[in-house]
Amino acid sequence: MSAANQLAALIANMFATGLLDDQFQQLQMLQDPSAPNFVSEVVTLFCQDGERIIGELAKQLDKPSVDFDRVDAFVHQLKGSSASVGALKVKNTCIQFCELCQQKSKDGCLKTLETVRINFYELRGKFQTMLQLERQVNGFPPNN
Amino acid sequence: MTVTARGRSGGGAGMEEKCDAPGLGFLGLDRMRVLLPPLRLPEKLSASRTLRTHLFTNYRMRKVRDSSRWLIPLWVSIWVFIASLIYLRMSYQAVEKRRELLAIMCDDRARMLQDQLNVSMNHLQALAILVSTFHHSKTPSAIDQKTFAWYAERTAFERPLTSGVAYGVKVTHAEREQFERQQGWSIKKMYSSKTKKQSQGPGNAEDAEVREPAEEYAPVIFAQDAYKHVISFDLLSGADDRDNVLRARESGKGVLTAPFKLLNNRLGVISTYAVYKYELPPNARPQERIQAAIGYLGGIFDIEALVDKSLHQLAGKQSIMVNVYDTTNEKPISMYGSNDTGSGMCKVTLNFGDPTRKHEMHCRFIQSPPWPWLAITTSIGIFVIGLLVGYIIYATAKRIARVEDDFQEMSLLKKRAEDADIAKSQFLATVSHEIRTPMNGVLGMLQMLMDTDLDTTQQDYVRTAQASGKALVSLINEVLDQAKIESGKLELEAVPFDLRTVCDDILSLFCGKAQEKGLELAVFVSDQVPQTLIGDPGRIRQIITNLVGNSIKFTEKGHIYLTVHVVEEIMHCLEVETGTQYANTLSGYPVANRKRSWENFRLFSRELNSSEMPFATSASDSISLIISVEDTGVGIPSDAQSRVFTPFMQVGPSIARIHGGTGIGLSISKCLVGLMKGEIGFASKPQVGSTFTFTAVLTRAHSSVNENKSSEFKGINALVVDHRPVRAKVTKYHLQRLGVHNELTTDLDQYISKINCGSQIAKLVLIDKETWLKESHSLPLLVTKLRNKDQPDSTKLFLLENPKSSVKSNSHIFREYNLNVIMKPLRASMLQVSLQRALGGIDKLHCRNGVVGNSILGSLLRKKQIIVVDDNIVNLKVAAGALKKYGAEVTCADSGKKAITLLKPPHSFDACFMDIQMPEMDGFEATRRIRVMERDLNEQIERGEAPPECAGVRQWRTPILAMTADVIQATHEQCLKSEMDGYVSKPFEGEQLYREVARFFLNQDQVQ
Repeated sequence: MSAANQLAALIANMFATGLLDDQFQQLQMLQDPSAPNFVSEVVTLFCQDGERIIGELAKQLDKPSVDFDRVDAFVHQLKGSSASVGALKVKNTCIQFCELCQQKSKDGCLKTLETVRINFYELRGKFQTMLQLERQVNGFPPNN
Repeated sequence: MTVTARGRSGGGAGMEEKCDAPGLGFLGLDRMRVLLPPLRLPEKLSASRTLRTHLFTNYRMRKVRDSSRWLIPLWVSIWVFIASLIYLRMSYQAVEKRRELLAIMCDDRARMLQDQLNVSMNHLQALAILVSTFHHSKTPSAIDQKTFAWYAERTAFERPLTSGVAYGVKVTHAEREQFERQQGWSIKKMYSSKTKKQSQGPGNAEDAEVREPAEEYAPVIFAQDAYKHVISFDLLSGADDRDNVLRARESGKGVLTAPFKLLNNRLGVISTYAVYKYELPPNARPQERIQAAIGYLGGIFDIEALVDKSLHQLAGKQSIMVNVYDTTNEKPISMYGSNDTGSGMCKVTLNFGDPTRKHEMHCRFIQSPPWPWLAITTSIGIFVIGLLVGYIIYATAKRIARVEDDFQEMSLLKKRAEDADIAKSQFLATVSHEIRTPMNGVLGMLQMLMDTDLDTTQQDYVRTAQASGKALVSLINEVLDQAKIESGKLELEAVPFDLRTVCDDILSLFCGKAQEKGLELAVFVSDQVPQTLIGDPGRIRQIITNLVGNSIKFTEKGHIYLTVHVVEEIMHCLEVETGTQYANTLSGYPVANRKRSWENFRLFSRELNSSEMPFATSASDSISLIISVEDTGVGIPSDAQSRVFTPFMQVGPSIARIHGGTGIGLSISKCLVGLMKGEIGFASKPQVGSTFTFTAVLTRAHSSVNENKSSEFKGINALVVDHRPVRAKVTKYHLQRLGVHNELTTDLDQYISKINCGSQIAKLVLIDKETWLKESHSLPLLVTKLRNKDQPDSTKLFLLENPKSSVKSNSHIFREYNLNVIMKPLRASMLQVSLQRALGGIDKLHCRNGVVGNSILGSLLRKKQIIVVDDNIVNLKVAAGALKKYGAEVTCADSGKKAITLLKPPHSFDACFMDIQMPEMDGFEATRRIRVMERDLNEQIERGEAPPECAGVRQWRTPILAMTADVIQATHEQCLKSEMDGYVSKPFEGEQLYREVARFFLNQDQVQ
């Protein structure tokens, strides 16, 4: 199967499984000759940013006295990023996370953080595959 | 997901719940099961309500029945009481009246009796005076026994009641002997002590004993002839007479004895008058009177005769019974009448002129009082009336209770039906929504499956599965819409949009199907319809799509023609292409009469009735459009026409098998049209076609600055050659939209002759394929005429290709004449591209932005300096990317502080998009500070101290738009409070972005 087909199938799968929503399509539409790597740039940014935030969250929640306002701020950031990218699952988990932060339930937060982490890394893995495939399609060698 | 959630925010509670709790399970069906129990909630609620109403009703009914059990006897007894009261009162009145009558009658009799007696007494007195005058005062006496008797006899008629009179003279013991000698008889005693045979009345003078000596005597000297035998009897010897005489001389008046039996065995009384020697003063003392008395006159009254006689003179003596008593003593002595004492006696005191004697008259009706029939009937009547009234009230109350009962039951049923309806709608909404989610998964997976290596059969299967899935999703969407409309939760948007573009889009949508079937598809929008309208484009698109879709479904040959007019247009020329002429339709096939499809519209009937009334909508900004979809399909059988707009109704069961669909579309369309304050109607002729027409009230948009007529085609002339005027009109309409000046002709020969004359030659010639084929003989001539000059910008020829004619068979024509082919249906954008291609001057940008809406946004944002503020780098990147895409030049700022430094006036930014939630300084705060800076500068400008960069600027105010993820009203209000100009949702949405940006950029443009 060609790389292009694989890429299309992967993206369709991501939509179908609810990882992504319409917003991602919007992103794809924004990519045009004037900004050829727009999607990959945004996705890479999202992956880096998300990793950082999850790390911060883990750190915050590890503290004996949790500053829930700070946690909420981080979660809000992650929610914004995922909404922009169209990462539906991560976004929805973040919404839950926000509620738990407002309830100041540490156990709930830790549990949700785990869910966020799982969802995020699932998405990141898929994104990375996607970027790789995209590079192949665009004619770059896969090992680049 | 956000989009759906927002769109559905007005949805049912159940649906909101779902949206707020995402990620619980992937397959929504699981959730559905969880959700179903709450769905029953309204039922439960209604059940409890039902129970309560029921209980209440029963309670009331029972109360009515309970009370009626004791109310009836109470009512009856009340009326018995009232009736008996009335009876008593009436009979009492009757008795009173009878008593009064009796009293009056009694009084009459008593007075009469008195009068008669008084007359007799008076006469007696006169007789006494006569005796005193002629007997005592004359010497010798002028009266002797004979004279007296004679006189008395002759004047007896004056004393009708006296049976006899006698006169006794006062003789002292000393004078006795002389008196006896003078008279020739001795004084006799009235009652002999030996023979008690004569207890009353004097006996025979011969038998009588001589009066024993006494102090004084009153021997009778004169008497009426009938009483002659009492002469020489001493009046003082009888107890009664003595008493009478003594009292008479003392009082000087007539006195009466107690009644006694007369000789004729009737009751009588004796009245006695004293005769005095001389006249006494009225106030003389008794002693003086005794001294002066010289004689005594007595008269016998026959009381019985008296009363009888007097009663005879009065009417009604039969009905009344009269008794007269002497009541001087303890025991009354009956003087008259039978001695019975019945009830209802009336007593009247009689005055016979003797104060010492008391008499009473007792009267009584002979008959006992009659039954008081009036009182009896009246009271019974009232009682009966009372009972009847009671029955009426009871019956009414019972009826009211029953009606109320029925009403309760009915309202209960109604409530239940309504609840069921709501439950149905909710169920449909919930289930539809829940099915949609997994369906998307199924469809996605099918799409992926199609991309894998499949053999032909498998691909066919997958394609079928996907098509079915898509059909299911669209059906579910329709059901969802229906449910939403039924529960009244559907709200229309009010956004500016271009109806022409919407129509073009719809045509594009059906392009493929129309080509498959070989149908001609065309749209015509009247130039009276404003460029930009405010309304709900999505819903209008839905209605039109539905109508066109139906038409396509049922049409095998001919055309489908969508027209949009302003209602006034139709009003003013109702004859506008009614489509009755066969030749004058789009494809030449006959169509149903369009006019008939709106003849039932209230809008028109109202208008026709009062034509002089100004058009209701023309005054305001609202505009009524009339949109028709005409087809040449199978039509609707007349028996099915009545239920076309009923949900889930189709012409016949076979229809669904052949054409698919649920039959819900038209019902939804009707509801949507209703929401747009419009009406929908249709005209259909079986085997000829149907025309559906609807009206909608929209709002005119004021800022219609963009004419969207690209300047690139300005000054270009076009000629449309078509022998069908309607089709030519459609082509003309599309060319006009592009700004091409064009003219129509139906006759090629005419045109060719015109070219020969050397008049202006059109740069574009558009010929319909059908006309081409029809007039093929003259075409080569035309082509050569047009091309003979061999100029670089020679006339371009376009062939408007109808999908029904096979392209391949005619392709040689195009090659031969170097024709450009434009495939119908015509759409502005497609036509534009074709013309551009033919004319060679293709604008890259325009080509890329193809879609009109985006090009508007592009023209709005192009070269604008925009600053985007967001702490989230991903968001920043996306937002910047989106804005760049529309040609804006974007500067990024990752914090509010940075934004403030960048936006410190004077600066060169045209607009700012500001995230609200940012650490350190949020968007509201940043905006406030920027506004403060701007105000400071504005004051400086006013004072004329402005820095040189701001020359020519009167006032600074950078449009700041908030970017926010939660688009709720509160946030919006807060935005306005912190002097932001509006907000856009995050992530960006083309439509909304355009709306917000257009709002101030368009205004700005106008101002400048």
